[in-house]
Amino acid sequence: MFNETVLKEIEEIKAKYPERRSALLPSLYIAQREFGWLSHEAMECVSKALNVPEAMVRGTASFYSMYKHKPVGRHVIQLCTNISCMILGAEKLVDFIGTRYEVQPGGTSPDNRFSLVIMECIGACGTAPAMLVNTDFHENLSEKRIEEILDKYK
Amino acid sequence: MEKFLLKNIENPDSADINEYVKAGGYKNLSKVLESGPKEVVEEVKKSGLRGRGGAGFPTAMKWSFAMADPKFPKYLMCNADEGEPGTFKDRPILEKNPHLLIEGMVISGYALGSEYGYIYLRGEYPEANDILNAAIRQAYEKNYLGDNINGKGVRFHLSVHQGAGAYICGEETALIESIEGKKGQPRNKPPFPVNVGAWSMPTIVNNVETLSNLPYIIEIGGEAYSRIGSSECPGPKLFSVSGHVERPGVYELPMGISLKDIIYNHAGGIKDNAKLKAVIPGGISTPVLPPDSIDCAMDFVSMPKAGSMLGSGAVIVMDDSVCMVRVAYRALKFFEHESCGKCVPCREGTDWLRKVLERIEYGKGTEGDIELLSDIAEIMSGKTFCPLGDGAAGVVTAMIKHFRDEFEEHIKNRKCSLADSY
Ligand SMILES: Cc1cc2nc3c(=O)[nH]c(=O)nc-3n(C[C@H](O)[C@H](O)[C@H](O)COP(=O)(O)O)c2cc1C
Ligand code: FES
Repeated sequence: MFNETVLKEIEEIKAKYPERRSALLPSLYIAQREFGWLSHEAMECVSKALNVPEAMVRGTASFYSMYKHKPVGRHVIQLCTNISCMILGAEKLVDFIGTRYEVQPGGTSPDNRFSLVIMECIGACGTAPAMLVNTDFHENLSEKRIEEILDKYK
Repeated sequence: MEKFLLKNIENPDSADINEYVKAGGYKNLSKVLESGPKEVVEEVKKSGLRGRGGAGFPTAMKWSFAMADPKFPKYLMCNADEGEPGTFKDRPILEKNPHLLIEGMVISGYALGSEYGYIYLRGEYPEANDILNAAIRQAYEKNYLGDNINGKGVRFHLSVHQGAGAYICGEETALIESIEGKKGQPRNKPPFPVNVGAWSMPTIVNNVETLSNLPYIIEIGGEAYSRIGSSECPGPKLFSVSGHVERPGVYELPMGISLKDIIYNHAGGIKDNAKLKAVIPGGISTPVLPPDSIDCAMDFVSMPKAGSMLGSGAVIVMDDSVCMVRVAYRALKFFEHESCGKCVPCREGTDWLRKVLERIEYGKGTEGDIELLSDIAEIMSGKTFCPLGDGAAGVVTAMIKHFRDEFEEHIKNRKCSLADSY
């Protein structure tokens, strides 16, 4: 079960909406923060906290690509390969990250340091190629820049 | 042109309420609270403002439908999903000028008789989330939000609702489903959201940029506003320019400016003096244009005549190192991934188009594949539940129309001659 502080946080979110189910997306983010990913237990906690059937929680969670349905590494690299990034070399960067950090799209490196997620446009097309590492934007990427940046995430 | 939407954003503290007020912020809200809600609607009507989310729907008309509905409460949703690839025009408002949006929303809420607003913010903008929440807190402290705004007894409450990475949630009825805690699958229309929207109540969905125009309309008056840019769709417009240009970025320019002017004057022309090959003018859902078609006015009325659409004003510029089959394939991979799965023509069509494009790009295309693509696109057109599938079909049709020889070459030579570029 969520602890008291988290339950209180969810109660506050619920109060912002006329119906409690509306707090589902924000509560899933909280569950992900607490458990690291949306495990069965994490979704059960959300279901109980909101009094929304578990099937609905799981159905909704499965629709959105930013919810993690398996454990992830310590840092999540979210690299965009949509068109503005692609034409400026993003696909080669996927290969580079793959070899240099031993992590494939959708996977996690053996040392559990990085997970790699391929993104659809993160709204940084003017400074492409771009990625988010956890919640930080990094732009104008090249192989060298990526090494400099990722070395800071231990 | 004097900037309004992007005013002061060079100031590192532009997101702070004190800086915003110092630069004249929230005075338009105070002005409106003196004159009354009817005057706001009147000014918006005179301004000719059209929605900046992509469809260009006249804002005053949308509002009037919601206002004619006797049901209360009414909800005001700001669409900050900004998911259309190539688009990053709302981001500077959200991150650097959040109080402009908040002021615009309070003014709109007051005009509409809505006391509750939500900003549906894409999950991919974590920084904007922090900035908006901080700005909202400040606005509550200074009494620009709350139960007694400016001491005038006016109520408006605002909060941010974070999306979680689904492009389709930018479609207004999917956005509403999502805020209700469901999968983001579009609803049947009618009933329209202005009558039956979030929690079954009248709901007005407007884009970030649309709502951010409100303070400006109040400041200079609807009539003066209507004289900026194109007569049929006036006002300032944000264009996000990316790809092979010297100076990519967001530009605030009058609506109706020529696409060529945006690329060659404002964005500094093609990067490294390379040869221009193609331009996607309004985000990847809009049909591609060849170089000889870019002398067109960027507004909602002129662009369809030029063979494309204004969309979100996201200009993607491509030089001749780019393979158009590759671009079409990448676009369809996106649409396939983002199709919500509700209707068959879109769910199956995007998957099928992607498969055929993939095999052409990787040298496995066969004779008849181009005709097959055209057939699938035609079958999808006009038969999908929402415009996502239509957009996907239109992308493929335009690519074949303008770059057919490249498709043929891939099939004939059994390879992509530009494959090394990727
Ligand atoms: C697939 C799809 C995605 C959309 N994405 C967005 C978006 O990210 N932001 C947006 O403002 N409008 C988006 N729209 C348009 C909205 O449905 C709606 O028309 C708009 O938010 C209305 O606001 P406006 O009248 O101010 O333009 C999208 C539409 C479709 C069909
Ligand atoms: S295309 Fe990569 S950030 Fe937009």
